[in-house]
Amino acid sequence: MANNYEFTPEDLKEIETIKAKFPEVMPATLPTLWVAQRRFGHVEPEVQHLVAETLDLPVSHVHGVATFYTQYYKEKMGKYVLDVCTTTSCQLCGGYDMLHYLENKLGIKAGETTKDGMFSIQSVECLGACGYAPMMQITNDVYVNNLTEEKLDDVIESLKADKMPEFESVGMPQHTERS
Amino acid sequence: MSFDWKSYTPVIIPDIPNLHEIDVYTKNGGYDSLKKVLSNDWDSEKVINEVKAANIRGRGGAGFNAGLKWSFMPKPDGGPRYLACNGDESEPGTFKDRKIFEYNPHLFIEGALIAAYAMQCSAIYVYIRGEYYSWIKMMEKALKDAYDKGFIGKNILGSGFDVEFHVTGGAGAYICGEETSMLESLEGKRGYPRVKPPFPAQKGLWGRPTTINNIETLACVPLVIKNGADWFSGIGAETHPGPVLYGISGHVNRPGVYELPTGMPVLTLIEEVAGGMRNGKKLKGLIPGGSSTPILRGDTLEGVNMDADSLREAGSMMGTAGMIVMDEDTDMVEMLWRISHFYHHESCGQCTPCREGTGWLEKILLKIRNGDGEIRDLELLIDLCSQMEGRTICALADAAAWPVRYTIDRFRDEFEARCKKSTYALA
Ligand SMILES: Cc1cc2nc3c(=O)[nH]c(=O)nc-3n(C[C@H](O)[C@H](O)[C@H](O)COP(=O)(O)O)c2cc1C
Ligand code: SF4
Ligand code: FES
Repeated sequence: MANNYEFTPEDLKEIETIKAKFPEVMPATLPTLWVAQRRFGHVEPEVQHLVAETLDLPVSHVHGVATFYTQYYKEKMGKYVLDVCTTTSCQLCGGYDMLHYLENKLGIKAGETTKDGMFSIQSVECLGACGYAPMMQITNDVYVNNLTEEKLDDVIESLKADKMPEFESVGMPQHTERS
Repeated sequence: MSFDWKSYTPVIIPDIPNLHEIDVYTKNGGYDSLKKVLSNDWDSEKVINEVKAANIRGRGGAGFNAGLKWSFMPKPDGGPRYLACNGDESEPGTFKDRKIFEYNPHLFIEGALIAAYAMQCSAIYVYIRGEYYSWIKMMEKALKDAYDKGFIGKNILGSGFDVEFHVTGGAGAYICGEETSMLESLEGKRGYPRVKPPFPAQKGLWGRPTTINNIETLACVPLVIKNGADWFSGIGAETHPGPVLYGISGHVNRPGVYELPTGMPVLTLIEEVAGGMRNGKKLKGLIPGGSSTPILRGDTLEGVNMDADSLREAGSMMGTAGMIVMDEDTDMVEMLWRISHFYHHESCGQCTPCREGTGWLEKILLKIRNGDGEIRDLELLIDLCSQMEGRTICALADAAAWPVRYTIDRFRDEFEARCKKSTYALA
């Protein structure tokens, strides 16, 4: 069966490096799905086939893994996926307000994608940034901390111009105090 | 006795600029502990005994003595043996291990290398949650630098000790923090926890002896080797000693990760260290160690310290020391419903009491939250908890049940009041 998706030679090289970390090929499943998702933006069934073929593993196995883990997109998503944390610490500090603000601003609900394909919004579970609540993550990459409506406005503007926010180092309050 | 926390000098994450760079780390005595144990007079047993005596209690949640855990590894049989480092960090309220990845990755790497030497492991894997993409990159860089300097690989520092060290990422699943689920995920599968026994020390990764430790636990190891077990066990609480990373979040003025001794008074941490309650509000409740640890009422925290014994006496647990602080305006029904949503979402679904139980907990709490609850629903919730606790493959079911049981118990008036408002209340 012809597949519309193909790994680049660089991807294949990276997959070889991944395989070399483990005594078997199966452990390469998760990292290879990552390579695929970073290349194609999602891991639709056809991409899962490609991963299975590349690793010489059963499609059913790759499918099982892809569907177990929430970060793999099983369908096409917006170019920027805004994962707003609404778990406890973020909930306490206004995570839902931030989520609803975004929903109103972009005219979509959590779980949906804007018509122009630019943005998807998701309400997600704790991202391990509880002290910097409320927060969100953009497309499995950069964390944006201590969200406010103004900060969300800025982020959306820069993403519309295809500019990802920079990695934000939050530091240890104990350190900054002394310096 | 009040501890002068301001004069405490952090050792897990010291205030040294660019310490994440290997040259800065080595200039500040980094990798000296590894060199020390690889020199002739330290054998595996001596390292294990020293770490055991230090009583580093696992910082991943369960608080088990690290050295003792290492001693459970069977005698080497010539086949591969593994150390799996748990950087999944998914328990809500917990955000400390990423500080180590970012600010002092080599301390963790050095600790893992010493652990691997002590247990004679042939390879180390560090599993980091997939969302921590930026921190995975930082670890990859740190590991590469350590390889290049000869601290990892073949014949490390001419000692004859060989070990490989790899980093790998998850892809979004809280359950993969549970140690056997993490092993399944490392093996490239869905993260279904394994039935124990066999324990990982007997049959772990690829059926071989494996030890699992949390990142912060391992970061303590070089400090113990450098300063001695007595130094470590002399810090903080006697039965739960050492420096610890407290993650403080919620309604405080200065949330963040703070390194201080264990056994700190809870109220000092909230009122002084974290800058007090936001907007001068009153403290209503505290989840002391990640969302699965039972909530404590704000008016019962006088004299309670952050260590296993003191928290047990108060009716909770140390967990991951991820403290979630709630002020007087917090809606406990809303808060608890969201926690139960989390555990329902994260249940792997293997065990019926957990799969069904977490679903029902969420459903009933949602009903109460929406104003349709009845008083007898509260009994139903407690009854459900009893049917979940201790009856499943892993502890996620307990982690889901405890918040429900204890939040209802300790804030009963609030739950009852919400139910009484319902039109069904008299039915
Ligand atoms: C549902 C569940 C989730 C867990 N999540 C984590 C985690 O994210 N990180 C972690 O270090 N330990 C986690 N643990 C605890 C681990 O199973 C294990 O006890 C720990 O990693 C051992 O390391 P330590 O002894 O150094 O603490 C979790 C346990 C359970 C039951
Ligand atoms: S207790 Fe829950 S999470 Fe743990 S194995 Fe059973 S179903 Fe899965
Ligand atoms: S609760 Fe939002 S990052 Fe932890």
